[in-house]
Amino acid sequence: MKVRKFDSAAERRNFIDRDSSKVLLSFFTSGMIWLLIGSTLAIIASFKLHLPNFLGDISWLTFGRVRPLHLNTMVYGWASMTGAGVALWLLTRTLRIVIPIQKTILTGLVIWNIGLTIGSFQILGGYSRGMEWLEIPFSSAILMVVGLVPLLIASLTMLGNRASKHLYISVYYIIAAFVWIFALLLVAYVPDFDTTVQGGMNWWYAHNALGLWFTPICLAAAYYLIPKVTGRPIYSYSLSLLGFWTLALFYNWNGFHHLIGGPVPTWATTISIAASVMMIIPVVTVAVNHHLTVVGVFKRVINSPTLRFVVFGAMSYTFVSLQGSLQALRNVNEVIHFTHYVIAHAHIGMYAFVTMVLFGSMYYIMPRITGNEWQSKSRIKWHFWLSAVGIILYIVALQIGGIWQGFLMNDPDIPFLEIVEKMKPFLESRSVAAILLTTGHIIFAYSYFKIIKRDSSEKSKIVTQNFGD
Amino acid sequence: MGNNLVLIFGAVALFISSMVGLVYVPQILADKELVTEQYVPSNIKKGHKIYVREGCVYCHTQQVRPKGFGADFERGWGVASLPEDYKGLTPHVLGTMRTGPDLANIGKRQPSRDWHYTHLFAPESVSPGSIMPPFPWLFEVVDENRITNRKEVNLPGDFSIQGKKVIPTEEAEYLVDYLLSLNQVRTEE
Ligand code: HEC
Repeated sequence: MKVRKFDSAAERRNFIDRDSSKVLLSFFTSGMIWLLIGSTLAIIASFKLHLPNFLGDISWLTFGRVRPLHLNTMVYGWASMTGAGVALWLLTRTLRIVIPIQKTILTGLVIWNIGLTIGSFQILGGYSRGMEWLEIPFSSAILMVVGLVPLLIASLTMLGNRASKHLYISVYYIIAAFVWIFALLLVAYVPDFDTTVQGGMNWWYAHNALGLWFTPICLAAAYYLIPKVTGRPIYSYSLSLLGFWTLALFYNWNGFHHLIGGPVPTWATTISIAASVMMIIPVVTVAVNHHLTVVGVFKRVINSPTLRFVVFGAMSYTFVSLQGSLQALRNVNEVIHFTHYVIAHAHIGMYAFVTMVLFGSMYYIMPRITGNEWQSKSRIKWHFWLSAVGIILYIVALQIGGIWQGFLMNDPDIPFLEIVEKMKPFLESRSVAAILLTTGHIIFAYSYFKIIKRDSSEKSKIVTQNFGD
Repeated sequence: MGNNLVLIFGAVALFISSMVGLVYVPQILADKELVTEQYVPSNIKKGHKIYVREGCVYCHTQQVRPKGFGADFERGWGVASLPEDYKGLTPHVLGTMRTGPDLANIGKRQPSRDWHYTHLFAPESVSPGSIMPPFPWLFEVVDENRITNRKEVNLPGDFSIQGKKVIPTEEAEYLVDYLLSLNQVRTEE
């Protein structure tokens, strides 16, 4: 292996950032396009839920196909591709090494994009595999898995060849995430299971896709960016390791809390409930580390675009996880199971936490790998507030509505159609939220395409510095 | 480099533990005879495919919770679901969302084939205020004088189409065959 000498850490970072820029920009651009597609699908699905005849004659745009496609484009397109890019960048920084096998990674990304595109048409065309989070048929999912192989190889190679002695906590999360997503997809696609066992596998997978893939990447990003931008060390290093190992121990046992009261073994749901409650340990340790690191420098958080998004995300992680532990309890689950509340809960995870952290990470990474600055302060502000207000509206509306829905459904004297009627205002609020969020995404996409197109000779290092990044 | 191996093996081992515990142990314990060796006629299999294709599962569950846990029983949705209720059909359609009611015993609760056709073609015609989407592509709209071998769908007043009649396609028949087969035989838990 070639070892290059640098005069300063800054020079090394610059060199590595430039070297990774092509790979990272390819991941971010792909993610960005899927984000816009996913947002459009979100709006269509949301409107259909209170205007059932909207686009009602078009079979491939029926709710039951658009809604899963929204999930798949957001999960396997936007969040996975952007997340993989952020993860690679974090590895270059924490392991002080360039990204290896770049051509192979890029070819993998092309294959992944092709797989997801074919899979999208298959879902719209009615060829879905029919399981939530696993709708993409084997024939195209295999392409996505092929696209992931180089990432696994690259991350392990980087770990093996690292130039840093010490393993920062972010590395633990990222390496584990690449190993886990692979293993998860393998179990989800290869073996056959009996019907109800398959139901269990489905929720074991779906919960882990969040818990063992997106969560670790985003926690890794928060663990790196919060100390970096505030200039303060993480509150406690040993706590952070405890947080990692307890997450690895408990999170993957959570899945069956989606099936409480269902036709699966009671002992399995009981284990999942216990594991869900145990999640309080990793969550509180991470919370202590993330939140106590920013206590006292909150001004910095407000001023830095990166920290605004990342700290919003980190706070959402604490909130959504504690909520998750609570709603796994049988008597809470009895009410909220099968309601809009859970949909909102999933969006606190995938949006208020994961997506916000990814936005924040991109605000930090993009100027460094392009050598350009974000050009408009007001666009960043608009993006932040549209996302923040949009997702809060989404959550408040559907969680209040959902709890009410749960109580109404558990009262057999209330006719079902009356419940359908009572839920409409909440569903309409969600459509308003969808429009706010999408507007934010369009503004962000505009900034993004501006920054990658900009010629780096025009030096205007204004915005990021003004914000304090 | 010791840390590298601890990290990788630790992550893999903990992963495998839940994979075995939550997926493979239930598979081994599953009662094969009850679950997979039921005879399922091909029209029902086709109907299940259409149910999956149209994404009914995103609004309907097929998992009745036990008496005393929620009001599933009191609402008349049936008794607690058992693995053998699903006739070994995959993908599973347990569902997680009740935008619409549970369908585990819909064949018993709503045995009228005609009602299902009308409802699938225009849900609001029989359930005012319903947000269930219509599925017109499972039907054919033909001239009212045309002679057809399938019975026309009843559409109340406002929902009927001038000079036309609506005929279920083969797919609509399969789907309704499937819905009618969702008929828990037991009445006690
Ligand atoms: C957008 C959500 C949604 C989708 C998708 C959906 N439904 Fe529904 N469904 C509802 C709602 C809401 C009701 C209750 C109001 C009504 O009767 O229309 C309902 C009611 C029903 C009923 C009557 C239940 C009863 O207890 O009377 C049946 C049967 C039914 N749906 C079957 C289906 C089938 C089959 C599909 C797929 C082809 C489907 N639904 C797709 C929302 C949905």
